[in-house]
Amino acid sequence: MKTISELTALREEMQGRLALRHTSDFPIEATNTETYQRHILVCAGTGCTSSNSPAIIEALDKELKAKGLDKTAKVVHTGCFGLCALGPIMVIYPEGAFYSHVTVEDVPEIVDSHIAKGQLVERLLHKEDGNTVHTLPESRFYKNQMRIGLRHCGVINPDDINEYIGVGGYTALTRILTEKTEPQAIIDAVKNSGLRGRGGAGFSTGTKWQFTADAQSEDGVKYVACNADEGDPGAFMDRSVLEGDPHSVLEAMTIAGYAVGAHQGYIYIRAEYPIAVDRLNTAISQSRELGFLGKDIFGSGFDFDIELRLGAGAFVCGEETALMTSIEGHRGEPRPRPPFPAVKGLWQRPTLLNNVETYANITWILNNGWEKFAAIGTAKSKGTKVFALGGKITNTGLVEVPMGTTLRTIIEDIGGGVPNGHKFKAAQTGGPSGGCIPASLIDTPIDYDSLMAIGSMMGSGGLIVMDDTNCMVDIAKFFLEFIIDESCGKCTPCRIGTKRLYDLLCKITEGNGTLEDIDTIEELCQHLQASSLCALGQSAPNPVLSTLTHFRDEYIAHVVEKRCPAGVCKNLLKFTIDPDKCRGCTLCARNCPAQAISGQLRAPHVIDHAKCVKCGACIENCKFGAISRS
Amino acid sequence: METKMVHLTINNIPVTVPEGTTILEAARTVGIRIPSLCFLKGVNEIGACRICVVEVKGARSLVASCVYPVSEGMEVQTNTAKVRKSRKLTLELILSNHRMDCLTCARNAHCELRELAAEFNIDAVRYANDELLPRVEDSALHLVRDNSKCILCRRCTAVCRKLQEVGVIGANDRGFATHIGCAFDRDLAEVDCVSCGQCIVACPTGALSEKDDTQKVWDALHDPSKHVVVGPAPSVRVTLGECFNLPVGTNVEGKMVTALKRLGFDKVFDVDTGADFTIMEEGTEFLHRLQNGGVLPMITSCSPGWVRYCEQHHPDMLPNLSSCKSPQQMFGSLVKTYYAEKAGIDPKDIVVVSIMPCTAKKYEVQREEQRLKNGCMPVDISLTTRELGRMIRHAGLLFDNLPDSDFDPMLGQSTGASVIFGVTGGVMEAALRTVVETLTGKDAAPVDFHDVRGLDGIKEATYDVAGKTVRVAVASGLANAKRVLDMVKSGEKHYDFIEFMACPGGCVNGGGQPQQPAEVRNFTDLVSLRSAALYADDAAKTYRKSHENPELIACYKDYLGEPGGHKAHDILHCTYVPQKRYRTDS
Amino acid sequence: MPNCKTVIAYHGTPQQEDELKKVIEAHKGQAGATMPVLQAAQEIFGYLPEEVQIMIAEGLDVPLSEVYGVASFYAQFSMNPKGKYQISLCLGTACYVKGAGDILEELEKKLGIKAGGITLDGKFSLDACRCIGACGLAPVMMINDQVYGRLTPDQIGPILAKYQ
Repeated sequence: MKTISELTALREEMQGRLALRHTSDFPIEATNTETYQRHILVCAGTGCTSSNSPAIIEALDKELKAKGLDKTAKVVHTGCFGLCALGPIMVIYPEGAFYSHVTVEDVPEIVDSHIAKGQLVERLLHKEDGNTVHTLPESRFYKNQMRIGLRHCGVINPDDINEYIGVGGYTALTRILTEKTEPQAIIDAVKNSGLRGRGGAGFSTGTKWQFTADAQSEDGVKYVACNADEGDPGAFMDRSVLEGDPHSVLEAMTIAGYAVGAHQGYIYIRAEYPIAVDRLNTAISQSRELGFLGKDIFGSGFDFDIELRLGAGAFVCGEETALMTSIEGHRGEPRPRPPFPAVKGLWQRPTLLNNVETYANITWILNNGWEKFAAIGTAKSKGTKVFALGGKITNTGLVEVPMGTTLRTIIEDIGGGVPNGHKFKAAQTGGPSGGCIPASLIDTPIDYDSLMAIGSMMGSGGLIVMDDTNCMVDIAKFFLEFIIDESCGKCTPCRIGTKRLYDLLCKITEGNGTLEDIDTIEELCQHLQASSLCALGQSAPNPVLSTLTHFRDEYIAHVVEKRCPAGVCKNLLKFTIDPDKCRGCTLCARNCPAQAISGQLRAPHVIDHAKCVKCGACIENCKFGAISRS
Repeated sequence: METKMVHLTINNIPVTVPEGTTILEAARTVGIRIPSLCFLKGVNEIGACRICVVEVKGARSLVASCVYPVSEGMEVQTNTAKVRKSRKLTLELILSNHRMDCLTCARNAHCELRELAAEFNIDAVRYANDELLPRVEDSALHLVRDNSKCILCRRCTAVCRKLQEVGVIGANDRGFATHIGCAFDRDLAEVDCVSCGQCIVACPTGALSEKDDTQKVWDALHDPSKHVVVGPAPSVRVTLGECFNLPVGTNVEGKMVTALKRLGFDKVFDVDTGADFTIMEEGTEFLHRLQNGGVLPMITSCSPGWVRYCEQHHPDMLPNLSSCKSPQQMFGSLVKTYYAEKAGIDPKDIVVVSIMPCTAKKYEVQREEQRLKNGCMPVDISLTTRELGRMIRHAGLLFDNLPDSDFDPMLGQSTGASVIFGVTGGVMEAALRTVVETLTGKDAAPVDFHDVRGLDGIKEATYDVAGKTVRVAVASGLANAKRVLDMVKSGEKHYDFIEFMACPGGCVNGGGQPQQPAEVRNFTDLVSLRSAALYADDAAKTYRKSHENPELIACYKDYLGEPGGHKAHDILHCTYVPQKRYRTDS
Repeated sequence: MPNCKTVIAYHGTPQQEDELKKVIEAHKGQAGATMPVLQAAQEIFGYLPEEVQIMIAEGLDVPLSEVYGVASFYAQFSMNPKGKYQISLCLGTACYVKGAGDILEELEKKLGIKAGGITLDGKFSLDACRCIGACGLAPVMMINDQVYGRLTPDQIGPILAKYQ
């Protein structure tokens, strides 16, 4: 394909076929020309794949063929719908019927009833507070969302470039290349949109593009790179974008290459994301085939190609200079800045580095106008943000909301609140670099600056909900344990300081802490922030500092009262048998590995606290609920 | 192009320096010293230890001044409360993971970390770590590593990779578990370490030290049945003084000889004489190859680090290697043959001790192919300059106050040619002095060959000698040696004679020389100062060419016969063989 | 520690070695080749024993210590062979707050090995991994390609029994 008219013809054809999937989220104004009566969309993201969606797709294909319906309905695998907790997920158009927890066994019924007769399978429709939800947009989970970065996830087949073209893909790139748009005009649009990097610190994307465009390279070589090394445990925004909509990233990188004067792109992606890697590989080869990548793209004289580089499991490689060191084939150790990557990045050449979600916003901005993007969000944080909602929350999954949405909306409305009657205690954003937001700040509008102000950070978008059974000292310790291993080991404060912080937290959770230890912890935290080489070390104390700020009483309880209020820290637990409830069945004593329980048959038993190893075996075995832990 | 000048203030003092200068260097120009640990100029510029942090107005965090370039209008503060506190805390963290056995540590009196701890007035380490146990790895013949004292400054790995391009050590694992080691944490003796010892002189702490052989020497000296002979290498006389805080580049030959005599050595000879024999043998070999179509370029074999590197990494070049033993080994070989015979001592009762600028010599002395026909190894114990310094202190000799003495005769005469063996280009120049005279006659032959002097890593020159064009090259540092070899192998360059020394700058900068802290190394050109002293010594010598050495002439006349002759070959030559790089189990 | 001297003898086949040589040849002279070659080598051999890393070092003309330094830096590279059944337990935040720590304890107890280890019969290897992205099913583990989600400690015994 070399001309705009060829592309336009293909797009129009695809639009007619995709019109079947018309919803409020997906406003394609085209006459339905699809020969299939129905599209069965099945989520093939990592979450649903883990809960067996490939088998469902296979069963569907087989069943449709067996019933002679394979010309009636088409099975389409898509990226993540977001509601991972309800997976595997299936949506059937044109009704938009939303089926959750689908199993292989459900397939014949779906085909017989819905496909053959047009009757919805009522029992598979999602229920919310006892009410049946017919379509996704109706669900409470979707209502408060606004999907820009995820706009094509769960909507198109990521392995089919034609579907991407059908929803307007590659319009922006081909328009820019054929109209020979001034690179500066593109950079200005990105700048004016107010888009900030979605990977961490929230630096202005347009400014970054400007720096790279302005930087001089001796041999004229520059690079564009995409950070898809989503190392934050509990975050999977970027993976979902790549699994659901890889072309939007490829298109944006190519545009970025044109804007800053680069001809080679690299995507640094975690090897732990096999599905995303496959889809990217497919997308890159399809894109090359149709001429969106390669030499002389659309006859414009502009060359650009993209290569994948696989990470190998190192959190620090999410840091920009470490990522580049890693692409260069070395240990992923950060380099001092300056020089900044925009001036001297990959192989000492000016390099533009953005993360996946940032790129995913670019074509939306260019197609819809920066003004529209800038109208979303808060004063300094524009657009939307994708969060991976996890932990103690009913609707685990992927959500995208306008900047400035409150934590309450995300947790209570979209997330469906904390399950099992527990109380919301804190939300952790930004992963190991972020902090914990206490329940008292649940009405904080989520944007870069307000999160920073309360000691957390946006990070890449992990949002872990914790309830009253989570100990905040333990959580701080968990993140430090992560960092001790994930620190690159190059600079002193991060390599040794995090270990010493961890030692001190262990001391506290083991019941040996002192109030001076808390002071020492604070001092060390400030030291790491001020003196570490890279952002990993500088932000490593955030989980500790934020919990110390918002849950100081919990630290004090561990230190002074030698008590873990959440009942997590084993050394501080005390197991007791209520003599009124104990029937003297001896089951607990017989199951105690430490022989710490004694008592006569049919008489109340007693736990010897000196011998107790706090394993909890007694509680598990007690049939009368007589044993408590505090 | 004119260098752009940058204006900034450091501690409110205006500073103007060329663009690209670091804050640390700029500060020095106005008399401000910023402490550092990992920074080794031109070698290790990674900003890792965080000792050199300073405040830069507008920067989010403290910055590492050793790598932070100055910029126009920058405002730097190097001595604020925040900076001092940060440095102190960083030091405290380093110390919390450093086994502090300072009193019994090999580096005790001149440890860079200890100096800093004193400077920062560290009175306690709040994060004491009881789990730190010695982690001693002493498999190699030349060095001992104790990672419980390693502070991960990476200076050792930088010299091994960048200067030597051998890269046998590196950072392994990551996070708190990061440590320096060989691949698969194998012992140093199991990998292709060339024993150059550059890592030891780069180490700021006692994590790396030479294997101490001084006790063996004391034992020999105290054994009445042993006749103990010592000989120091050419460069030792201009570096030993640094062990006693004399200025870099002080020639202490006379005091050194007195010290050796007072330590109780039966004979104090000079390895310089050995070096003159090397020139006679090597020169003869070169002329033979040149005139008879032998394998060229011929490459020197004086530096055992280079020889081992060649055997492991470039075995195809072994035919090019001169078959000569090194000056140390020629010296020892002559002591146990020529001297033993003349003095009427059973060579088995002689203990030869060499004082070397080098750790690889400890490896060389036990190489089997060096063994003499009488069954003796030429040299029994090889000490580094540092070890001799320790023995002198141990013996209570006030080095400064010692009078000068002369070497003992028979193998104690040096020439200008042998003295300059201690610096890169020196072997080549010494050889040229003899070879050119042999080919052209005494009157036409120059003494000074300036083209092969100087501190460039790679030097080359072409001489027209009696109608023959002789193309020579000189390289020091194995990275440079590799570069030259690559050019020779690819056919890009053609040489007749090449001098390689494993250590950058030659023996004056050897791995056995006194350790100077990075702070001195970063701002003082040790190689220049030390080699200037050697060239000054050379210029003042009565004999400046090896073949003029009267003791050498006597030895060939009375004992060896012709240079390159049968007996000389037996005693002064050997065969070098390919060696395995990796010793795996399978 | 997952990275240490390999204790199990090298048993690479000539076919595997040829395959690796082809990979090295294809990457020779390419900037930043070490990681992709190590990744390919791990695909071929299942792990990265010393013999394989020597072939890579010599093939790419990189010091062995550099190759090992890279291999030991990244969690994905393994110096030890994996079991017939590779268990990876997710210790991402979402899984951790839902009790993955207890699952790990149970696995270690039942298998008698620590994370990073392999059972003596070579049957099971156990690794704690970072988020595999199935947070909706937390806590999660994988045995080879099979995902087990919403785990509780008492399910571990029966699951392992399926592989005995």
